[in-house]
Amino acid sequence: MAAPRIGVFICHCGTNIGGIVDVPEVVDYAKKLPYVVHAEANLYTCSEEGISAIKEAIKEYDLNRVVVASCTPRTHQPLFRNACADAGLNPYLFEFVNIREHCSWIHMHDRREATEKAKELVKMGVAKARWLEAQEEFESGVYPAAMVIGGGVAGMSAALNLANQGFEVHLVEKEPELGGRLLKLNRIFTINKAPDELVDSMVKAVQGHSKIKLHMPAVVKAASGYIGNFDVSIDEDGQETSVKVGVIIVATGAQVLEPELYSYGKLDNVLTQLGLEQRLKDGKLGEFQNVVMINCVGARIPERPYCSRLCCMTAIKNAALMKEINPKAQVYVLHRDLMTYGVEFEEYYRKAREAGVRFIRYTLSNPPQVMGAKRVEAVKVYDELMDMEVELSCNLLVLATPLIPNADNEELSKMLKVPIGDGGFFLEAHVKLRPVEFAMDGIYVAGSCRWPADIKESIAQGYAAASEAAIPLRQGAVRVEAITATVDPKTCKGCGTCVLVCPFDAIELKESKIKGLEGKIVSEVNAALCKGCGLCAAACPNRAIQQRGFTDMQLLSMVNALSGKR
Amino acid sequence: MPDIKEVQTEFKPKILAFCCNWCAYAGADLAGVSRFQMPTNVRVIRVMCSGRVPPELVIRALANGLDGVMILGCHPGDCHYSEGNYLTRRRAHVLKRLLSYIGIEPERFQLRWVSAAEGAKFSAVVKEATDKITALGPNRWVDKK
Repeated sequence: MAAPRIGVFICHCGTNIGGIVDVPEVVDYAKKLPYVVHAEANLYTCSEEGISAIKEAIKEYDLNRVVVASCTPRTHQPLFRNACADAGLNPYLFEFVNIREHCSWIHMHDRREATEKAKELVKMGVAKARWLEAQEEFESGVYPAAMVIGGGVAGMSAALNLANQGFEVHLVEKEPELGGRLLKLNRIFTINKAPDELVDSMVKAVQGHSKIKLHMPAVVKAASGYIGNFDVSIDEDGQETSVKVGVIIVATGAQVLEPELYSYGKLDNVLTQLGLEQRLKDGKLGEFQNVVMINCVGARIPERPYCSRLCCMTAIKNAALMKEINPKAQVYVLHRDLMTYGVEFEEYYRKAREAGVRFIRYTLSNPPQVMGAKRVEAVKVYDELMDMEVELSCNLLVLATPLIPNADNEELSKMLKVPIGDGGFFLEAHVKLRPVEFAMDGIYVAGSCRWPADIKESIAQGYAAASEAAIPLRQGAVRVEAITATVDPKTCKGCGTCVLVCPFDAIELKESKIKGLEGKIVSEVNAALCKGCGLCAAACPNRAIQQRGFTDMQLLSMVNALSGKR
Repeated sequence: MPDIKEVQTEFKPKILAFCCNWCAYAGADLAGVSRFQMPTNVRVIRVMCSGRVPPELVIRALANGLDGVMILGCHPGDCHYSEGNYLTRRRAHVLKRLLSYIGIEPERFQLRWVSAAEGAKFSAVVKEATDKITALGPNRWVDKK
């Protein structure tokens, strides 16, 4: 192996890093580290300029190791690895140092200490880089079928999109009917039409599609495997079946909160917006004169801090509709803020006002009060604009409640190994850059199971998830990161500890066929099954098994660099 | 008399945190994206699974003079590799006893669970560890030998 020649690239990330960490000081420091032959600062190392700076430096300084100190490997590692590969350097001779998320962004008020920490992190990265080795990636096949979990608009859009591209799709829906939450709605904003037309055409297309296999009513019971090779077992009408797919799209939707506020469930003229829609749809609403709607019921409160986005529009839709059905009715919407983003929604709101719907703003510290013993008869609210309390006559109270995550999200998240976020909704791989993928390769997310989404957004996300999922399906193979385990048959004593700890049954004890070691029982790793966790490497009493990219030497060199030992 | 000298200057502990790629490292990233401000004492080494960290490496880090070492992984049941963090948990239990046996305060080593969504918890763990190790004082194990 040629002597290490390490190049270090320190990113300013505009002012994100450069505004806090003294980047030139870190560059000077890096230049003095062992085996570093070149160090430079870039305004943005991920920009075209930065990438070509890396490529040029590899040629000019004959670099055989590259270290970039910038953001997180979870988003940018592939980019820099590709830059190395383009310049003829094996991409596994690249090491990432995170000085943004793990330094400048969390130490904004201590520039001195942040700079010292950045220097040390770079030192650790350089120490590891010295021990990096070239690796070859392993190709693994992709089974050409997809599973979509959830048969609402998002799931149906995703399934149709993939099926129309020619891929086999398994659509799993837990209810006995396709259409999801949309089935319960009376009208949809902003077109004010019944959802039937939209749902019917989609359901027909799904049911009639030769490439879509419907599992309904069915739930996912267990899942194992990885991108290209998932085994999912589903319980379909009491019968358990196993399905093999290459990719999975999660589009399980959400549910509407049933509140314990404003006498809901106690007085019979109190409904949720969804309850109102059901009665309208079934023609069972009956007579009404004065309607009061309260928004943000159970939303944007300390225990549920998020805005559900759709409820304001739903309230405006139904308020205008009440006015349309009974023009003499007094219709009030009590809101905290009105979320009517975009031109279309704002216009919809304006029309409701013109139709005579009254809007009154209330605050969380001074919420409306419901009056009446057997039925709601009036609602008292403090009107901020008039600076006085008003009493509104009311014989129908409608509460706008947020979408909340499905109760079984947690179970599904454990089965698929995909995370759920603070509020209980699923969490995508990156809040901005990877909106429909999970961090787990081969699993994607769409619709309201991720975050409250309206119909248009759900369909768009369904399409987006399908197009991402189609990439591995179309390519037929995925490259597996070369972080798998390798055994040194000379030092392996064949004790089998690695076989015991491996969660993937990727290691077997076998007779060696290597010359000079014939007949010796040693561990053998099946790279196709190895997922690169490194459990075996930590457990081996003889240090005979190592994880590529995370070898004992590489980790130890980082520890030693940090503690000032060599 | 190194003790007297060190009492006069402020003690800033140096703490190493092994973070698993899928939960804790992602949680640390989220803490950054959320701009949660925290003490500067902790340095992160990324591993794919908390179960990749051999106990010898923790001991090596402390024997080298680092003031604290943490392993941060996925919550039990959430391991990306199904059961890696269970191994970590069992090892941590034995390791703590081993540390006290060889004369290193076991509090210098901590195992914590941080999910990809727990940016706030990551920053709380960093603060907690920094406070704890600061109170414990510098790691004297090397001097004792």
